[in-house]
Amino acid sequence: MNKFIVSPSPHAYTDESVPKLMYGVIISLLPALAVSVYFFGIGMIIVSSVSVASCILFEYLIQRYMMKVKPTHLDGSALLTGLLLAFCLPANIPFWIVMIGALAAVGIGKMTFGGLGNNIFNPALVGRVFLFISFPVAMTAWPEPGQWMHYTDAVTGATPLGLMKEGLANRTVGEIMPEVPSFLNLLLGKTMGSAGEVSALALLLGMLYMMYRKIISWHIPITILATVAIFTGILWLANPDRFADPLFHLLTGGLMLGAIYMATDYVTSPMTPKGMIIYGVGIGVVTVLIRVFGAYPEGVQFAILIFNGFTPLINKYVKPKRFGKEVKHG
Amino acid sequence: MSIKTFSRGGVHPPDNKLSAGNKIVELPPPELATIPLSQHLGAPAKVLVNRGDQVKVGQLIAQSEGFVSTNIHSSVSGKVLKVDQFMDSSGYRRMAVQIQVEGDQWMETIDRSDDLVRNSVLPAEDIRKKILEAGIVGLGGATFPSHIKLMVPQGKTAEYVIINGVECEPYLTADHALMMERSEELLSGIQLLMIGLGVEKAIIGIENNKPDAIEKMKEITRGSSVSVQGMKVMYPQGGEKQLVQALLKREVPSGGLPIDVGVVVFNVGTAHAVYEAVMKNRPLINRIVTVTGKGLDKPSNFMVRIGTPVSSLIEKAGGLPEATAKVINGGPMMGKALSTIDVPVVKGSSGILLMDESEARRKDVKPCIRCTKCVSVCPMGLEPYLLMTLSEKSFFERMEPEKVMDCIECGSCSYTCPSSRPLLDYIRLGKAEVGKIMRARKAV
Repeated sequence: MNKFIVSPSPHAYTDESVPKLMYGVIISLLPALAVSVYFFGIGMIIVSSVSVASCILFEYLIQRYMMKVKPTHLDGSALLTGLLLAFCLPANIPFWIVMIGALAAVGIGKMTFGGLGNNIFNPALVGRVFLFISFPVAMTAWPEPGQWMHYTDAVTGATPLGLMKEGLANRTVGEIMPEVPSFLNLLLGKTMGSAGEVSALALLLGMLYMMYRKIISWHIPITILATVAIFTGILWLANPDRFADPLFHLLTGGLMLGAIYMATDYVTSPMTPKGMIIYGVGIGVVTVLIRVFGAYPEGVQFAILIFNGFTPLINKYVKPKRFGKEVKHG
Repeated sequence: MSIKTFSRGGVHPPDNKLSAGNKIVELPPPELATIPLSQHLGAPAKVLVNRGDQVKVGQLIAQSEGFVSTNIHSSVSGKVLKVDQFMDSSGYRRMAVQIQVEGDQWMETIDRSDDLVRNSVLPAEDIRKKILEAGIVGLGGATFPSHIKLMVPQGKTAEYVIINGVECEPYLTADHALMMERSEELLSGIQLLMIGLGVEKAIIGIENNKPDAIEKMKEITRGSSVSVQGMKVMYPQGGEKQLVQALLKREVPSGGLPIDVGVVVFNVGTAHAVYEAVMKNRPLINRIVTVTGKGLDKPSNFMVRIGTPVSSLIEKAGGLPEATAKVINGGPMMGKALSTIDVPVVKGSSGILLMDESEARRKDVKPCIRCTKCVSVCPMGLEPYLLMTLSEKSFFERMEPEKVMDCIECGSCSYTCPSSRPLLDYIRLGKAEVGKIMRARKAV
């Protein structure tokens, strides 16, 4: 007689899986990776390979020898963390610093909380901020694009946001703007900045792909970008000499990378569309506050980490719209 | 193509309607029929026959016991072998009447002809009585006694009858076949239900994956007060609350019934059974069952006597494939897995689905990555990931304010989870525990 499997319904399952979702995100990052390799050559190849390899290795070692669980280093999430970490580092940064960043990202950012699904903060951003605080000089020397064969010896310069911050101390926006790359170059990525954040266009392509594959919804990235545009737009209208225009803010720094890839990290972002919008507005506002009024030229990474911290609170108070109104019984 | 659908959540499991378009094949009575006394929601019926009694097709063998209960009739003629406990599709041993079939003797009161009888002159009261007498329950699978739905509570008014021809479960095609082959009878049944409830308007909801059924029903209902609405394919559109919301934009309140928004919903199979009961004097003794599965030789729609063993249905559809690992009573989303195929077809059996090992086996559970998919597919606007965590940690008292009792157990959350987490399993556990808490509170 046949023995049948007996289990509760449902008996059908989606083909989607965590590795498929992770590799979907990685595929969407390929245009930005290609642009980065095109502009930063050998440096980006070294930084991204070291970052990815280190993240996977550290995840394996920590799970195997410290947590003593079955390693899941090949599920795509460590690869993704490694790639995203490389994207927010300068392409000329020494490889051993990258390894420290990877250890901070995977070790502190992810594994201390119990691994995938349990971390409060985006691991790649934890790694980035850890390095930013520990190696402020190496983390703010940006190679000029187009130096194919140069790695740590590449000629460096300031980012558009850095130019703006410095310049506004004694000059007006109008006087600074000629030194900033054209909007077309900012869109394509011919500018100074972290290796993967330079091309707004490539990152937007990645966003469209992820939305098409239904990996992410529009709520988080669009809300962040819209908030930044509106907030900087108001400031710019109020005083165009003191405040750069919204397009400048949208196309520079790590905003696109942050809004599309860092803030949309499943684990650390809210669970409901309404929650996502609150989170997105918060990140947008804090980003602009830091950029315009803070000490650092760029603030998106801090804004995201701060609102990662708010995510559990948002999830607690912002509920999906339930079906049907309550009826009182007897 | 209509784009009408419910507004919140939903998933698109592959259709797999293997038996679509296959004509209904009437199976002869089995050699041995096992007719459970509990084929409906509510109290089991009270048995009226003894061992050794001779019974005819359509004879009352067990009587409705209490308010939520209904009659059971013999689906075969022959001798009562046993009145004892038998394993039924729930997996429990429960009381049933087992009949050794001899010939096919029907009660004389039943009109067995195929002639269509229309234009009821019966008053509402008599229609309701006939439905109760005929032992009709919701044939979509919920098996709620239909005569109760026809009794509108005081202070409420029924405005619409909605007929559920959605058949959103993958694989199942019984309702589809019924709409194609018994459409006139179905329409007459719907009109009887409208008279029974005293309503003027009825809507048949059918998903766009059955364009032939939509067309057929539109043609037949032309000029009547019954309208047909094509609907965008989306699971669980056949859920009562989802269907009402999709068709009328009315939300049945939490903890309420469709009648709270002026609607009563019946499955197409139920409406057809109502026709047979009222116009042909024929109690509910058979139903259409889809027998299907990718490994099966002849996926089929059978007209089967209640009490026929599931094993003989599978035999008629080409035999049990060697690789069968799971047998499901119902569809893949809400059906129940059977531990044995030696159980009888009951009033609520809409399909028998066979799966092989690769389809049947659950995947390894991975950690929740908070991808929000379960939240976005929940048609009731719940947060399955949260409910599962609360249930896992036995925080049952926190599940009630999170509306766990609203869960319709459609399984969309478990279906969609990329980490293969058993969300609905834990939610069911939580519902049972919250139910206990609520009853204890009421008792105080």
